[in-house]
Amino acid sequence: MTYWDKEKECMPREQLRTLQLRRLQETVYRAYAFVPAYKEKMDQIGVKPEDIKSVEDINKLPFTTKQDLRDNYPFGLFAVPMSDVVRIHSSSGTTGKPTVVGYTSKDIDTWAELMARALYSAGASRYSVIQNSYGYGLFTGGLGAHYGAEKIGASVIPTSGGNTRRQIMLMQDFGSSILTCTPSYALFMYEVMREMGIKPSDLKLKAGVFGAEPWSESMRREIENKLEIDAYDIYGLSEIIGPGVAIECNNKNGLHIAEDHFIPEIIDPDTCEVLPEGEAGELILTTITKEALPIIRYRTRDLTTLDMEKCECGRTHARMRKVLGRSDDMVIIRGVNVFPSMVESVLLDIPGVEPHYLLVVDRKDNLDELEVHVEVSEQVFSDEVRKMERLGLHIAKELESALGIAVRVRLVEHKTIERSEGKAKRVIDKRNI
Amino acid sequence: MAKQISVFLENKVGRLAHVTRVLGEAGINIRALSIADTSDFGILRLIVSDPAKAYQILKDARFTVSETEVIAVQVPDSPGGLASVLEQMTEQELSIEYLYAFLGTKGDDALVIFKVEDIGKARKIFNEKGIKFLDENTLYRL
Repeated sequence: MTYWDKEKECMPREQLRTLQLRRLQETVYRAYAFVPAYKEKMDQIGVKPEDIKSVEDINKLPFTTKQDLRDNYPFGLFAVPMSDVVRIHSSSGTTGKPTVVGYTSKDIDTWAELMARALYSAGASRYSVIQNSYGYGLFTGGLGAHYGAEKIGASVIPTSGGNTRRQIMLMQDFGSSILTCTPSYALFMYEVMREMGIKPSDLKLKAGVFGAEPWSESMRREIENKLEIDAYDIYGLSEIIGPGVAIECNNKNGLHIAEDHFIPEIIDPDTCEVLPEGEAGELILTTITKEALPIIRYRTRDLTTLDMEKCECGRTHARMRKVLGRSDDMVIIRGVNVFPSMVESVLLDIPGVEPHYLLVVDRKDNLDELEVHVEVSEQVFSDEVRKMERLGLHIAKELESALGIAVRVRLVEHKTIERSEGKAKRVIDKRNI
Repeated sequence: MAKQISVFLENKVGRLAHVTRVLGEAGINIRALSIADTSDFGILRLIVSDPAKAYQILKDARFTVSETEVIAVQVPDSPGGLASVLEQMTEQELSIEYLYAFLGTKGDDALVIFKVEDIGKARKIFNEKGIKFLDENTLYRL
């Protein structure tokens, strides 16, 4: 077993707790002193930085939400003067004001360390050729992965997203051994490879580090079988730092959260109560080393569980289970919570059906209706209507038993559902609620 | 024995026009066609002058397409002609998935395209009963 930073990654938990407490206290002092919005929130509930005497005391602190970042747009939550900020990233802001995040040069270095750990955990080394197909620019994915890959000393190909045919040509010609992108883009690349007549055996690809959107275990199997690689899940979010917050090791049994930089908690998203270890709920993250933008108890909206047991790989940091949904992506249909990833799992378990799908939710006569568009691949296409109808009904039945609600399946032409070069869009909600 | 090209089409404006345009531009002539449709989608079945080329061209144009084995049967072009062929098939318990008419004729006979469950059995029965069917090269060149 090799680690990028064994001392940190395998630190005994007692020692880790001590480190976390010191760093948490520092973070809270700095946030209280330098960020008026944090001071105001803490004063409101009567908490002072000196009240944090143990890591558990973290639950005395108020939560931070995406709305707080928007309310303090653009730089209101920064804890350092702009002269110390060396990088600014931002969300696309499709649903309102964008959220803006800043980094000092030490933050950039921390981030690169975390990404180096992550890529190393997925088998990267200085001998790797890493093709980085995360989007470069305001999105944290591209540059985040890039700095980590360079830190390792790997050869980085900064292809960014898009221009897929050329990406694949470069992948073949440059001998890329590791691919970093969203899981949906990885599958799209496979389709384009097939169109180009390129087989996985023509490539040197060994592993992929995929993230930025939730994906199921079935999707992992699909990617691993088709591209003939090891697929690792990486987790991160720009508000916290970007990609590299958590990464799988080769046991693929949960993602190790870099606990020397972040403190994770799980809460019940409705009551906001902290849940005991092992229970499923919303992941809360607190940054404990970030300088420019310290974030206290951020509500990630990602649903998962935590496992504090030492992993077989020797790492001691908490493992979060693969995120299978965001409370944001979740659609509530007739009172039932539906995640796109649940639909994905069902589709992948039906032979020949590909995971290109779209959920269309509509309300007719005050009743919610879910229509799932599924592409007809050549493998499942038949010239007989009754066989096609049987396929549609079979998919609908499987979806109904997994989701617990009635589903209408619409079979659509192959390659007509939009392929994403970044995060895939899986839901269209036509209801005006 | 003949190759039919089957294409999956969503019920959307212009899809049929698009398929036929793609084939037309490639110089492929449509000799027979039928569409089976449901509320969401249709399946277009075609007998064309060059099935192998049509298959590739439609695939390149990103249609979901398949090749299906069918049989082009010569049916007397007179009242009761089709009925007598069908009766003989029923007698022999040869099940038919679907059938449709071919645009041209062969001599005095009309042509009907049959998709049957068991094509080997169909050929054997037709030979025994003296029902004529066309080999594929003759069919494509009609």
